[in-house]
Amino acid sequence: MADTRNARRPLSPHLQIYRGGLTMLMSIAHRITGVALYAGTLLLVWWLTAAATSDPYFDMVQAVFASVPGRLVLFGFTWALIHHTLGGIRHLIWDMGRGFGLRHVEMGARLSLAGSIILTLAVWAIGLGVS
Amino acid sequence: MLKKTPLGQVLGLGSAKAGAEHWLRQRVTAVAGIPLVLFLIGYILVHRGASRAEIVASMQNPIVALLMTLTILNLVWHMRLGLQVVIEDYAHANPTKYALLLLNTFFAWVMALAGVHAILKMSFGL
Repeated sequence: MADTRNARRPLSPHLQIYRGGLTMLMSIAHRITGVALYAGTLLLVWWLTAAATSDPYFDMVQAVFASVPGRLVLFGFTWALIHHTLGGIRHLIWDMGRGFGLRHVEMGARLSLAGSIILTLAVWAIGLGVS
Repeated sequence: MLKKTPLGQVLGLGSAKAGAEHWLRQRVTAVAGIPLVLFLIGYILVHRGASRAEIVASMQNPIVALLMTLTILNLVWHMRLGLQVVIEDYAHANPTKYALLLLNTFFAWVMALAGVHAILKMSFGL
């Protein structure tokens, strides 16, 4: 297929042209967490496959996940999953044509960031049996 | 002079060749993903530290097995649509772009089938 791009035609502005801010950071984070979760699916399917395979294989996978690097990855996985879900809810609200006001957009960005951190810590507190 | 309707002029254009269906499916899987993410986190918390026998036993509950199957299929579908957009945004050279899109589809199918196979195997107690 021919490359139809015209090199002299102006391109739409990209990230570097905008002033940074929390809303921009949350937008970028939504995409990055999405890509990270894509890779994380491999971990979930690996775990399910191990559980369906044999005791030694399952124990090996459990030991990998229980190791310090394993826990760090799973902690990041948890945060990415919750942040992407909250970010997704923001997108669904926008899809309904609501919440486009500057105040609401800023509030949504703060709520999704704070909410994702609090919920991630809560999930891990329950998981580790911290009361 | 163009002898096409306004709709006919735009159908099939754009980097994805089909827009509205992709957009809508991404939203449908996003909405479905909200309760399924809650189920997944809940399942993992309930089964923390569980032995393999307990995981297998949990999958013999048909509701758990079906919810986990739905979770995997919905997740895989949503992630395939999402990464497709990312690839189309950044990969413009045709051989690279189509290779990445192909890999995306293959990876999604392998994840879906491997995940569902594992769940059904445990569910049927094999």
